[in-house]
Amino acid sequence: MSAVALQMVCVAGLLGLAALAIVLSRSKIATPVIYGATLAVSLIALTGTLRFLLSGAADATTLTLPVGLPWLGAHFRLDALASFFLVVINLGGASASLYGLGYGHHDPAPHRVLPFFPAFLAGMNLVVLADDAFSYLLCWEFMSLASWALVMAHHREPGNARAGYVYLVMASFGTLALLLAFGLLAGPAGDYGFAAIRAAQHTPYAATLVLILMLLGAGSKAGLVPLHVWLPLAHPAAPSHVSALMSGVMTKVAIYGFIRVMFDLLGEPSWPASVVVLFLGSITAVMGILYAMMEKDLKRLLAYSTIENIGIVFVSLGLAMAFQANGLKAAAALAFTAALFHALNHSFFKSLLFFGAGAVLTATGERDMDKLGGLIHRMPFTSFAVLVGCVAISALPPFNGFVSEWLIFQAVLQSPELPQWALKIMVPAVGAMLALAAALAAACFVKTYGVTFLGRPRGTAAGTAGEVDRFSLAAMFILAALCLLAGILPGLAIDGLAPVATQILGSRMPVQTGQPWLSIVPIAESRSSYNGLLVMVFITAAASLAVYVIHRFASRALRRGPAWGCGFSDATPAAQYSAVSFAQPIRRVFGTLVFHARDHVTMPPPGDLRPARLRIELHDLVWNGIYAPIADVVGFSSTRLNRLQFLTIRRYLSLVFATLVTLLLVLAIWS
Amino acid sequence: MQMHSLAFDISHTLAGGLVLISLMMLYQDRLYSLLNVFALHALVLSLSVAWQAFIQDAPHLYVTAVIALVFKAIVIPVALHRIVKQLGIHRDIESAVGIGPTMLAGMGLVALSLVLMLRVTSDADPLAREDLAFALSVVLLGLLVMVTRRNAVSQVVGFMSLENGLVLAATGAKGMPLVVEISVAFSILIAFIVIGIFLFRIRERFDSVDVSALDDFRGERR
Repeated sequence: MSAVALQMVCVAGLLGLAALAIVLSRSKIATPVIYGATLAVSLIALTGTLRFLLSGAADATTLTLPVGLPWLGAHFRLDALASFFLVVINLGGASASLYGLGYGHHDPAPHRVLPFFPAFLAGMNLVVLADDAFSYLLCWEFMSLASWALVMAHHREPGNARAGYVYLVMASFGTLALLLAFGLLAGPAGDYGFAAIRAAQHTPYAATLVLILMLLGAGSKAGLVPLHVWLPLAHPAAPSHVSALMSGVMTKVAIYGFIRVMFDLLGEPSWPASVVVLFLGSITAVMGILYAMMEKDLKRLLAYSTIENIGIVFVSLGLAMAFQANGLKAAAALAFTAALFHALNHSFFKSLLFFGAGAVLTATGERDMDKLGGLIHRMPFTSFAVLVGCVAISALPPFNGFVSEWLIFQAVLQSPELPQWALKIMVPAVGAMLALAAALAAACFVKTYGVTFLGRPRGTAAGTAGEVDRFSLAAMFILAALCLLAGILPGLAIDGLAPVATQILGSRMPVQTGQPWLSIVPIAESRSSYNGLLVMVFITAAASLAVYVIHRFASRALRRGPAWGCGFSDATPAAQYSAVSFAQPIRRVFGTLVFHARDHVTMPPPGDLRPARLRIELHDLVWNGIYAPIADVVGFSSTRLNRLQFLTIRRYLSLVFATLVTLLLVLAIWS
Repeated sequence: MQMHSLAFDISHTLAGGLVLISLMMLYQDRLYSLLNVFALHALVLSLSVAWQAFIQDAPHLYVTAVIALVFKAIVIPVALHRIVKQLGIHRDIESAVGIGPTMLAGMGLVALSLVLMLRVTSDADPLAREDLAFALSVVLLGLLVMVTRRNAVSQVVGFMSLENGLVLAATGAKGMPLVVEISVAFSILIAFIVIGIFLFRIRERFDSVDVSALDDFRGERR
């Protein structure tokens, strides 16, 4: 069986599971059966694609099914680029299924989740496999609708219905943009096969329009600012393992769409296009993490952090476009590989963190960080896994987040070789934005971990929580291990990505596996190299030594004593740092500009025993500046146009008549 | 050459006559006279179609001509006469727009369609060009009749005359298959039946076929 046929069989299996889930919906065995079978199918698909990718992915295999448009059929193709994203999807799918085996038991309405979960995975697989515009759009819509159904799984919870509505509107808008983009790509001849689009010549005018439409279409799905508004609403509304899939995997499918069109179908990128991508990417990275910093809902914070990471990936893709347009092949391969590597890493640690948030939600029923705290004592294993995720997403060595961001900065450092002054000046500025985003991300995840897991419990739910089940823990620990592995053996990942870079750019990064001591060398030994293993050994040795020295020479015995309460004799848990107070310095520095943040302190007059109150005012400028006016205009005009529904027959006829005469007049005057 | 020119002149005259009769419909303020004018309209149409059949040497067009003559010039006007008589429909036509402005608008529409069609079809056969221009005028005038009258029967007549314009356009172009014309004719017949039934129902309920009664029923301000 060819590789693509195996994938299609797996997709058919997932769709069959969706049907089976409808049949089984109310039965007790549905949850273990469906998640277990999804896990098995995802693992088969993962093995198939990994083997294909690691064997060099030299020959793309295609498959045509006699469905879809009669003269076109449905084409599917497995090449290096698709196989990489299939690895991301099926790895995410497998870990989410494993997590679901345990988490699904706590779901109040499993029949609303089970049919759509395998269907959603099947949709994402199909989008990546599609080899003509029609199948692509169809599968894209299928994926969107399946994920919408999952967002609406708990539709009675406050806010979820609105989240689903906003998601549906944005998804339709995105698909419209994609439809127009593919229409432009197919040109007047109207051949929608990707092979024909790839062979055709595209005018610069069409290429510009396609860039804008792809930024709107794929960007809205991925969460580019200012198209991100649905993402922090919809991703947290879904059950946690689905949130992990949406944040960790579906955004990658959107990135796949962008790469497929901009790098593969459209031919050589142009450097002005890269300026736009770099600009949007860096804004997205900084805005995303600033939003996350202001957030105190655990899952929404993670969703905002997804926006930041998408921004980082887009910056890296923009760098790849800039280098490729100028023929700097080695630098382009570096930036492109870094983008893919970061996408892979983000799928690891974001899934892990969403699983952790799901575990906290199961154990305490709370998503609000200001009601949590002290969970490290009650959920030690979850806390450890989430700590790994937080360290990885904060880009600290020796974990994977550091390696991919380091590679991106290596690409930024290649910018002096670019001939255009606009890029020469812009790329270092973008690098500075990335550095800012990385630092803010570290602060953000110190806040997340510290407020949720450290300190003392802020409520009874957090105080009485217990550890979660084994399946959830297994999923989290596997992902944590992957974060560490990708951090200390990045050379393997980089070499694994080489076929993708070769296919898309025609060049690849130097072979890493031959380097001594498992180092990675992105350009040349003389310029820079990184060795994750060595860093880990050093960190472990230094930490062990420090622990030994402290315990040996400072205080041998464990002593428990009263904590110093800074002068408060009776400190309540509410006196601890909260998510909001931890973010205050950053809100003071950036919030005034970005969120028009204001602090209002209400002091009671002397003698009054009421407590003083601090009220924080934040404005989402993107929503207020773009979406609210659009909603107002739509609301106003639909109220006005509503009268058209109640006209007399003669007036309707008059309208038709007037339209006809007007069009004829236009024709008479202009032709 | 002489024959061609004569053929051209006659078909031109008939099509022009159709436009003229359409304009006549605009200023009828009695139902019976409007129905008579419509019968005349259909008669001229069938003559025109028959002449086209003769000069294009296309025998199937004679069938179209006969359909036009039998159904539109005889059956439908007679049936409408009987409906009006049986239902005791008020025989004035209340027009929404005065006669003068309607006539001016009609002239404007004829001018518009002539300007447009002659310019758009500049490299077509001259006979087809003229025919199409007249046909578009007839269609637009039919719409104008529908729009400016409040009476349901006159709206039906406007619709039928609009359809006559379509048939004129179809027969003016060479090579239109018979099946198209027959299907158009039948759809018109069915539309006539449906509208007739609606007339009965409206009359039963409101004692009038003035469509403003419908609007009053819906609580609309006019």
